[in-house]
Amino acid sequence: MNFREYKIGSRAFGVAFGLSMSITLFFPSFDLAASISSEVGLDKQLTSGWDSGWQIADPLLKGLNKPLKVLVRKDPKSGESMEPVYAYVYPAGTSLPNGVTHTVNLGRGVEELSVKQGRITEARKETGAVFLIKKSDQLLTFEDKPLSYMENATATKGWTPDEVLKQAADSDILHAGSGKTMFVREGCWWCHTLLPEQTQDWQVFGAPPMLGDFNGESPTAFGSDRKGPDLLHVGSRNASKEWMMLHFFNPRLVQPHSIMPRFDYLWGEVDADGKKIDFKKWRSEYDEYREGKITTPPDVPMYAKDSEIRNLIDFVINLK
Amino acid sequence: MILKYLFAKNEAIPVGSAAIFFGFSAIIWFMIGTGLGSFNAAKLAFPDFVTGTEMFAFGHMRQVHVLAVIFGWISMAFAMAMMYITPILGNTRLWSEKLGLWNCMMWNIALALGLTLLWMGVTSGREYSDFPWPLDLAVAAFITIPLAVNVWMTIIKRRTQGIYTTNWFFAASTFMLIIVFLVGNLPEYFHLTGLTEAYMTWWFAHNVLGLWITPVAAAIAYYVIPKVTGNPLYSHRIGHLHFWSIVVFYSTPAAHHLMSAPLPEWLKSFASVEGVLILVPAIAFVSNILLTMQGKWNMFVENLEVRFTVVGVLLAIPLNMQGGFQQTRSINWYIHGTGWMVAHAHLALLGFSTFLEAAAVYLGLQTLMKRKLYSLTLGNLHFWLLLIGFSTYWISMTIAGLIQGAGKIYEVPYIDVVIAEHPYMIARWLGGTMVFSSTILWLYNMWMTAREGTVIPAGRMPHELAYER
Repeated sequence: MNFREYKIGSRAFGVAFGLSMSITLFFPSFDLAASISSEVGLDKQLTSGWDSGWQIADPLLKGLNKPLKVLVRKDPKSGESMEPVYAYVYPAGTSLPNGVTHTVNLGRGVEELSVKQGRITEARKETGAVFLIKKSDQLLTFEDKPLSYMENATATKGWTPDEVLKQAADSDILHAGSGKTMFVREGCWWCHTLLPEQTQDWQVFGAPPMLGDFNGESPTAFGSDRKGPDLLHVGSRNASKEWMMLHFFNPRLVQPHSIMPRFDYLWGEVDADGKKIDFKKWRSEYDEYREGKITTPPDVPMYAKDSEIRNLIDFVINLK
Repeated sequence: MILKYLFAKNEAIPVGSAAIFFGFSAIIWFMIGTGLGSFNAAKLAFPDFVTGTEMFAFGHMRQVHVLAVIFGWISMAFAMAMMYITPILGNTRLWSEKLGLWNCMMWNIALALGLTLLWMGVTSGREYSDFPWPLDLAVAAFITIPLAVNVWMTIIKRRTQGIYTTNWFFAASTFMLIIVFLVGNLPEYFHLTGLTEAYMTWWFAHNVLGLWITPVAAAIAYYVIPKVTGNPLYSHRIGHLHFWSIVVFYSTPAAHHLMSAPLPEWLKSFASVEGVLILVPAIAFVSNILLTMQGKWNMFVENLEVRFTVVGVLLAIPLNMQGGFQQTRSINWYIHGTGWMVAHAHLALLGFSTFLEAAAVYLGLQTLMKRKLYSLTLGNLHFWLLLIGFSTYWISMTIAGLIQGAGKIYEVPYIDVVIAEHPYMIARWLGGTMVFSSTILWLYNMWMTAREGTVIPAGRMPHELAYER
């Protein structure tokens, strides 16, 4: 016995299922593909690089294969001071973001400007590249904002990743790209959305994201289940690294009612001075403080420059 | 044990081996999944409980709980149901017991490996499709495709002329699962980014529930109720309506999960309208099953399998009333992203579908092992702990969600919401722990059934025998 007597049924099934697939996948794809990258979108994809979830170049999500966001205060060529500007540094071997490898993702207008004026197609993974975000005179079609585009400063100005990194102070280098990996790996997005809602949330959490704000970003990880405050603009509300440091080490130090887990393990083995961190001692002293035996909590160790918590704090503070 | 048949000739493998293997695997994964859930809930109630260790951090364990329950418990219970119901309804044997055994073993291995990696933080960062793409391909190759082939071949080789309602659903759902799984993970294979990635994530999450979990759970009820009560299905036609409206209405509203994201407005409006239309299959299903119960409502009280099934069907009423309306713009703005959603998700997976799968596993294991359930008392205890634990969870999270929604629209400082939710977080943990304890009892009961249950004579159904304990 075979399906013969069910010929009509299986064809009808094919039509019905195929139709719903076209409505939900094929038709929306035109609208989604037409979205034009905003300045926020360019900043996000240049900051977070190729991918922040699992990728072959970073199988254990250690924050590898990621760019650095650097505040450039002095011209890397001449050494003269200049108007500070953020540069996105992709050291040699770092995968370039989706908008550079597939320029169509940038959207109409931004793509042409980035390719012709920004020369982004000349960027090469093998040699690395430095990117800037530039504003043009053209207006974004429906928002009346000037179109922004990517510029490959390695091609237009001759800035190499090494030169830019050499002239920058460590405090001007944001490891926000690796931080996004930490954000994904540690599951921050299970409780903190990156999506203030259109109908409310404006007053406290800020403006909701717009259409072009996600181009080239992967994963978007804006979360679905809020158990803590929205973080899309948290860097505008609170940009204190000290507060972040206390809060990540033990959230109850700054907010007694917080239910956030402690992220002290992201400090790693040693602190900024290379001294081993004695977590056991810290916890027993903290317990004494909580029981009221001592009046001040123990000091939180300053994190090392290459610790994972530095990446995460840089990412959070960069969420403007 | 069952593993000795992996290299046996197909004809030499006893009928039902694959289903029994799947059944026990499902119960064990249910225990693991709910155990993790209870552990996670404890962390939300008492944040300093086991903290500061990467491996036991909430953010590392939350997705392991979700996927252990969906892929381990629910989907394996479905596979179990398919491996014994499909051949019975076709008056034949399972097409390949051997494929079924291999499928189950590879499923356990792939899932254990995938969840371990996920636990370590190896994730694609996409909710419900958290596995990185190499694992997605492994899931397709070792889990979904072999299962589908076995089900389809059994239906094609059947010895009946027609195909009963349950088998339509099984055949269609296994097909749709493969498509949904492969298409939903496209962003990972081809590195699609931005809103496309976000939309596809929810397209997958919506359709895996709508085209896999909901219809297969319903298909189980279409089998269990007529089989155990002896009543014929109330209406074949309403079954048709259910099937076709699932395919047409349940496959389209994916965008309603992203009502507050900047997706095209036409897509959100369309999804919202289609979302209300899921009431069509829901009403068709619930009325069909409850009308089939006519004259046999005593079995709702007396028979464990019927009780599990009917409670699952009754829970489909609030589930679909919530599901149909909470995604409209007028309600979604209030409850989106709150604990209400968590409650709703548990109503779907722990309420509606778990009760139906539990019925299938109870009935199937007894039938295939030809052993009467070891202890009715333990079975009853399992039922009540599960029902009370689930209800505690559902009610407390619904209240917490409404508090959170009010806090959201009035923009109160978030910490006040956290403080207000605290009692409900404790209630949620207690409810989850009750569910976890019930699964331990269940596993013991089924294990003892295998070893010491009264032997069921050939040609008899389990419920035709009296309990001896």
